[in-house]
Amino acid sequence: MANVSIIPSGDFKTSYGTDTTIFPTTTSRNFAILGVILLLACPAFMDRFWLNMLIQIGYLGIAALGLNILVGFTGQISIGHSAFFGFGAFASAWLNNRWGVPVALAIPLAGVVTTGVGLLFGMPAARLKGLYLAIATLAAQYILQDFFARADWFTGGTNGTIAEALTIFGFSFDTDERYFYVVLVAMVVMYILATNLMRTRDGRALVAVRDHYLSAEIMGINLTKYRTMSFGISAFYAGIGGALYAHYLQFVSVEGFTILFSIQFLGMIIIGGLGSIMGTLMGTAFMVFLPEAMQALTKLVSGTAIDTALNLKDNIAFLREMSIGLVIILFLVFEPDGLAHRWKQIKAYWKLYPFSH
Amino acid sequence: MSGAPVAPHRGPVHASPTTSAPADASQAETIFEARGVNLRFGGVHALTDVSFGIRKGELFSIIGPNGAGKTSMVNCISGRYRPTDGKVFFKGRDVTGMTPNHRAALGIGRTFQNLALFGHMTVLDNIMVGRHHLLKNNFLTGPLYWLSGARKEELSHRREVEEIIDFLEIQHVRKATAGTLSYGLRKRVELARAIALKPDLILLDEPMAGMNLEEKEDMARYIVDLNEEFGMTVVMIEHDMGVVMDISHRVMVLEFGKKIAEGAPAEVLANPRVRRAYLGEDDDEEAPAAAAPAHKEVA
Repeated sequence: MANVSIIPSGDFKTSYGTDTTIFPTTTSRNFAILGVILLLACPAFMDRFWLNMLIQIGYLGIAALGLNILVGFTGQISIGHSAFFGFGAFASAWLNNRWGVPVALAIPLAGVVTTGVGLLFGMPAARLKGLYLAIATLAAQYILQDFFARADWFTGGTNGTIAEALTIFGFSFDTDERYFYVVLVAMVVMYILATNLMRTRDGRALVAVRDHYLSAEIMGINLTKYRTMSFGISAFYAGIGGALYAHYLQFVSVEGFTILFSIQFLGMIIIGGLGSIMGTLMGTAFMVFLPEAMQALTKLVSGTAIDTALNLKDNIAFLREMSIGLVIILFLVFEPDGLAHRWKQIKAYWKLYPFSH
Repeated sequence: MSGAPVAPHRGPVHASPTTSAPADASQAETIFEARGVNLRFGGVHALTDVSFGIRKGELFSIIGPNGAGKTSMVNCISGRYRPTDGKVFFKGRDVTGMTPNHRAALGIGRTFQNLALFGHMTVLDNIMVGRHHLLKNNFLTGPLYWLSGARKEELSHRREVEEIIDFLEIQHVRKATAGTLSYGLRKRVELARAIALKPDLILLDEPMAGMNLEEKEDMARYIVDLNEEFGMTVVMIEHDMGVVMDISHRVMVLEFGKKIAEGAPAEVLANPRVRRAYLGEDDDEEAPAAAAPAHKEVA
């Protein structure tokens, strides 16, 4: 059941080109296009709260995709992803404030600069495995966090730094309604780039390194090069995500990029599905909506019999934090392949409905 | 080495290279040479002073008891291990210290004794990984799929990969995840992946281990075709003496890391030392060595 093909019968591919499309069927492609069109219409009828959620999903989703390329596709581990996210945010603000680089150019440039930093930390890390690698990336997290706090010239130190709003030809994307489109375009582009990467030579090489590094090496793949490169790509995505975040809030503070944030990125890709591009987006959406859902739930609970019986009082806020941890554990136990896998099973079920074979 | 008689190969495919090929192979140039290879792991001598040459276009088998150093020797050829002493030459070039990933581009491909497929990839992607050193698109041009020509390149290689899929008759599992396949099919996919490298020298580490008779026959057929039609030089480790004697041009026998014999299958088979070390003595009731004469009648 798990391997049910979603290609409808009678849909024959007659060229290798049509057999290597991003979406397996025309229907799935049309649904994706429809989804993007619906999103384009969102600012017209959604309020600030929901737009803010979607924007968060956008920039966090880009950064999480980078982590998924590193962890899910290459089989490395990183618990320092938020530091690269932060570096991208500061780099973009710095490029704009210090050098007068227009924001539209500073965002991709911040990605490039962060790639450099990622490669720097990736070079030793690519030679390590398992727990040692985890510790090495933890070191990256703390080194960068410390750097943020001390490098006044770059981050404004403890005061943080102002990031200008994105302005293109005099049109300023300074409201949620406007910035939504920036994030949407960036997200679609970054996701398409990643999908293309994963279906070409170097993407396959990354997966090969993950699945069986010994035979990957025999196939002519330079392990160290590809592991290091994976760190670079992951940092690039984190940098772009961070830069988008900076110009959305228009202020970057040094306190935000903690190890907890890194763990949250890991949570996103685990819940979404390691090694799945669409899963990354699902996981990010899940992690963004989860606290809000729990918030609503705790509001419901407060004042009721459960509240008084357990004497929760102010502690009710902690339920939210605890539930995030609980959800990650539940996913690891019951759905280690993530939401992407669950989604595939649902599709397979409906395709065969009402017959299970 | 069961005492079972060796099965005849089906169909007219088997043109018995045992008799015809060594004559012209002996004039061919040497594609690979090992000179005094020693391999030690601490106090364990995996290989001791092993020297041999493999001629271009040859089907060369390495046999020997378990733990004799056969896989270690193949690992020295593929670059997985670096000999403690001695040198290995490929196409006249000293490749002793060269990393495995560089040897792929030079023309050495291999399969593994224990399955080493990329379990979560599709069969197609597995084989496409074999094209790695032949493809040029990279992490910059790959994401720009349509604009950079990566699509065109990928598709042209897909075409060649499909030829290999056709050759090994694995069309039906093309899109299946490699980890879900049966053992025999996985072995075949691994062979396909090694062929995709377009190697001049292909190393097969027990290609028929754990297969049933029919699968073995098919595999033997593919190996002969690889050698004769694709013109690849084949180095094979195999325990099924029927197959080894049947399709090899030359055989090398290792015992405790030392080379004890090398030559045409018939010569090696007649070598008393080889019989003692590996094939078993004639007076043995089970008479595994009798398998070979029995087989000759069939062939």
